Amino acid sequence: MHAPIWLLLLGTLLHATGCDRVTNSPHTAGSESTNTYFSGHQERSPKYLDSTASYSLDETQFTYLIYEPPYHFHYLKRPYEVVPRSSEALAVPRYFDKNGTELPSDAPGGEIVESVYDIKIKQGIKFSPHPAFAKDAPGKYVYHDLTRAEVGNKRTPFEFEQLGTRDLTAHDYVYAIRRLATTRIKSPSFSPMAEKIKGLKEYGEQISAVDEKLRNGRPLTDRNLPFLDFRDYAFAGAEAVDDQTLRVRIIGKYPQFKYWLTITFFAPVAWEVEKFYAQPGMAENSLTMNDWPVGTGPFMLTESKPNSRHVLSRNPNFRGEPFPCEGEEEDRASGLLTDCGKPMPFLDRIVFTIEKEKIPQKTKFMQGYYDNPEISRNDWLLEIDYDVKNSEDVARLFKERGIQMPRTLEVSNWYLGFNWLDPVVGKGKTPEQQTRNRKLRQALSIAIDWEEFVRVFENKAAGESAMSPVPPGLFGFRKDAINRVVYDVIDGKPRRKSIEVAQKLLAEAGYPDGRDAQTGQPLVLNYDYQRALTPELKAEVEWMVKQFRKIGVQLELRATDYNRFQDKADKGSLQIFWWGWFADYPDAENFLFLLYGPNSQALTQGNGNNTANYQNDEFDRLFEEMKFLDDEPRKQQLIDRMVAITQEDAPWAFGYNPYAGSVHHQWAGNVKPGPLVLDRLMYMKVDPALRTAKIAEWNNPIWWPVVLIMLSLIAAVIPAFRTWKRRERENAARGLATGGAE
Amino acid sequence: MGAYILRRAAYAVLILIGVNLLTFTLFFAVNSPDNIARLNIGGKRVSADAIEKWKAERGYDKPLWFNHDADGADKIKQTIFYDRSLRLFTLDFGTSDSGRQIRHEIGTRIVASLALAGPMLLLTVLVGITFSLLLVFFRASYLDFWGTVLCVVMMSISSLFYIIMAQWFFGKTLKLVPLSGFVPGLDLLKFLALPIIVGIVFQLGSEARLFRAMLLEESNKDYVRTARSKGLSEAVVLFRHVLRNTWLPVLTHVSALLPYAFLGSIVFESFFGIPGLGTYVIEAINGQDFAIVHVMVFLGSLLYILAYLGTDIAYTFVDPRVRLA
Repeated sequence: MHAPIWLLLLGTLLHATGCDRVTNSPHTAGSESTNTYFSGHQERSPKYLDSTASYSLDETQFTYLIYEPPYHFHYLKRPYEVVPRSSEALAVPRYFDKNGTELPSDAPGGEIVESVYDIKIKQGIKFSPHPAFAKDAPGKYVYHDLTRAEVGNKRTPFEFEQLGTRDLTAHDYVYAIRRLATTRIKSPSFSPMAEKIKGLKEYGEQISAVDEKLRNGRPLTDRNLPFLDFRDYAFAGAEAVDDQTLRVRIIGKYPQFKYWLTITFFAPVAWEVEKFYAQPGMAENSLTMNDWPVGTGPFMLTESKPNSRHVLSRNPNFRGEPFPCEGEEEDRASGLLTDCGKPMPFLDRIVFTIEKEKIPQKTKFMQGYYDNPEISRNDWLLEIDYDVKNSEDVARLFKERGIQMPRTLEVSNWYLGFNWLDPVVGKGKTPEQQTRNRKLRQALSIAIDWEEFVRVFENKAAGESAMSPVPPGLFGFRKDAINRVVYDVIDGKPRRKSIEVAQKLLAEAGYPDGRDAQTGQPLVLNYDYQRALTPELKAEVEWMVKQFRKIGVQLELRATDYNRFQDKADKGSLQIFWWGWFADYPDAENFLFLLYGPNSQALTQGNGNNTANYQNDEFDRLFEEMKFLDDEPRKQQLIDRMVAITQEDAPWAFGYNPYAGSVHHQWAGNVKPGPLVLDRLMYMKVDPALRTAKIAEWNNPIWWPVVLIMLSLIAAVIPAFRTWKRRERENAARGLATGGAE
Repeated sequence: MGAYILRRAAYAVLILIGVNLLTFTLFFAVNSPDNIARLNIGGKRVSADAIEKWKAERGYDKPLWFNHDADGADKIKQTIFYDRSLRLFTLDFGTSDSGRQIRHEIGTRIVASLALAGPMLLLTVLVGITFSLLLVFFRASYLDFWGTVLCVVMMSISSLFYIIMAQWFFGKTLKLVPLSGFVPGLDLLKFLALPIIVGIVFQLGSEARLFRAMLLEESNKDYVRTARSKGLSEAVVLFRHVLRNTWLPVLTHVSALLPYAFLGSIVFESFFGIPGLGTYVIEAINGQDFAIVHVMVFLGSLLYILAYLGTDIAYTFVDPRVRLA
């Protein structure tokens, strides 16, 4: 009887509280209508934002927007092309012999003792606002002599009243290169660069001594250390010729150095910032370059709540780089050139929200609250693409919502490695053994059907089967270079050789039907896996075991955690292992060095990246010549030969090259996948009005089930209430009858 | 009472030493400092030098338990165990392995944990007691029977099921609340509504069963029968007599739950994206950050000890017959 009244009251209440408005936004009210880009970020906050220390992919979405190395990759052009960023032009290196005489640009790499890069830095570039630059009227730094008490409980640089800036100079780049030798923070590029930049190795030793003197017996755990000012310690490898010219001296010829100049290790560091953060109490309050980086890039970090939320805001001092006017053929048709020449960045803010669980992250994207589930990860494309392919409803929903899913092949590979030091699958000691082992590896390479793998596990491993260590998109890759050890060529297309061919090779290797021809014992191989098995991984491993079983070989799983796996790799005690490589830079050298003998992981006690410990004299000789070459015909010839050698030797079953891409809503503009273009958010834009409208359309709250649930609860309580009242009356009556009282 | 508190404090120190030993042993039984260093440094180029440096900067370059190279008392003092354990007893939590001040992190995150767990605990107890009172009032009726069955069913379902279903139904299908997240200020309510409701529903079964048993035991006592026979209303009997005398066991039970309010719920915080102390622990375990795990386990033990000590003292106020000696 009362239900309609309740319903009316509830309806009025809900309407009054705005029940017809969107109520499920995970952001602060109204933020969707601002020029902000929203992205999820899975699991944890970035650990290192200091340009010297940062080297993880999940950190790059911050660091490449905050810092500006001299070069970067063109946003639209493919294959990847290095173009100037903070520099005026790409430096043409000058080469010198051992006598200091300048050599022609085509001089043989072996004769070049030193390469000199003179990099002109653009004028008028300014650092983002920061208290480290703040000066008082007489020109004295306001915050360079703070006491612990003055630092107090400040946790962000923006709690200091005054902010300042200054022009970028070549000295800031010199400071950054000197800082690679720091002993205060991790510097992953120091070892490789010490081999390349003239004098850096010795400079590292000098800085260690200086630091020890400065520490004056303080324990290594002490974080309040005196400022180590790299301006006071120079070395020949990096110098500022004038305020706008950076000179770097490279040992020998190293064409890949231009790629290093795209990495944030070579981004400028202002001494003022380092001095500011070296003051007492700063590190204790997490006021460090790792937590609050400072650069000249289009954005600056303005909010940082570890493992919760990070916000990048437009750097008000950024000069506004023009959007590129050139790209691939299809870029014009897809509207990617319409912003040609317009100043960037287009966004005012970028909000990264840490997501612990994948399902809410995906749902929030579908509700429109994330423009992209996660900008730094490419595997979202595969997962969502899988959903689309396997459900008509999902496919229709994606189409209706105009979700963009551009894809490309990632510059990376996944493969199954055979340890060259292993007596069964490795090189082998005698020539006969070497032939037998090679045939075994070739048989296994044929048996592992990677085409099936990328089909079966397309939700996380979609891609194309690889023919060699060189992935597509790099100079040296040939589409027609089919691996003829593993594939037949039918109508110009590769077709995996039959299992019979694999079995024949296996028999020739001395294991007919998977049994040792001499002892009759079954051939049992060990699969070293780098992670404990989850149900998802178990399916992959079982699939691999099945591939070996096709030719009668038993594959035993040795799953371990990543640390122990690395220990085994360092000791060379792996047998067969699953491994992958993501390019440091888009050069075939960065993949072929994974098979270069002197780079063996076990033989260098863990300092090399040749995890298979592959050794081939001819390959090594070719590599040594190839690494000096620019992208020219001779380099192609050498790569062709090296690819042929690895196909024949089969130190890896080449696996697959995964797809990369992104998933974006219709209101995101200038979306182009490019795993190596790490500053892509500078180019992207959003249409906040469209986003707000679509979010309202897709997230209209449905209140009636709540009303129903409440009415049901009320309906359930009413009889109980009546019974209680009835009992009370009965008790009262009984009390009166017996004359009882409270 | 003073002597009693002092004695309990002495026990507490022993318990904390034991917990400390156990945590340290378990953590380093599965992780060597080298492994922790490698995981924390991350990236492709982890050199042996980098690992040594990382360890030295965090004090992990010393032996775990016993320093053979040191002299005298330094054999014990110059170890990771001594370094890490002693300062905890002075409540100096130090910095995490990633370099952040643990005390500050706890201070920041406890607000989020309390915002979730405080109302959840309070409402769960209130709703649990109300529901159990209802069952006791209708004892031996169909309502009591089906109510108890409902409690058992609710207890049998995993919290993950409630969470996922609630997120799917209220967040995804009805679009009423955000699936997860945390924004300070007034917006906070819309983020906490769902986890609090789910928390209440999830715990209602076990809480109501427990309180029902307590209330039933009390309601069968002679003084209650006397009160009823005097003609007192059932409401007066239940609220004034039965409930009042059930406070002691209720208090004991709630005290055991109190540390959760401070330490946060790992599952709820993780699934609802609330940056509290529960997620802090999970992040530390995932990142093998021993400094945080160590502090949080220590703090958990300390809070439990304090909660139970507080309960004992509270008994004297709830029931004047209780004397602590």
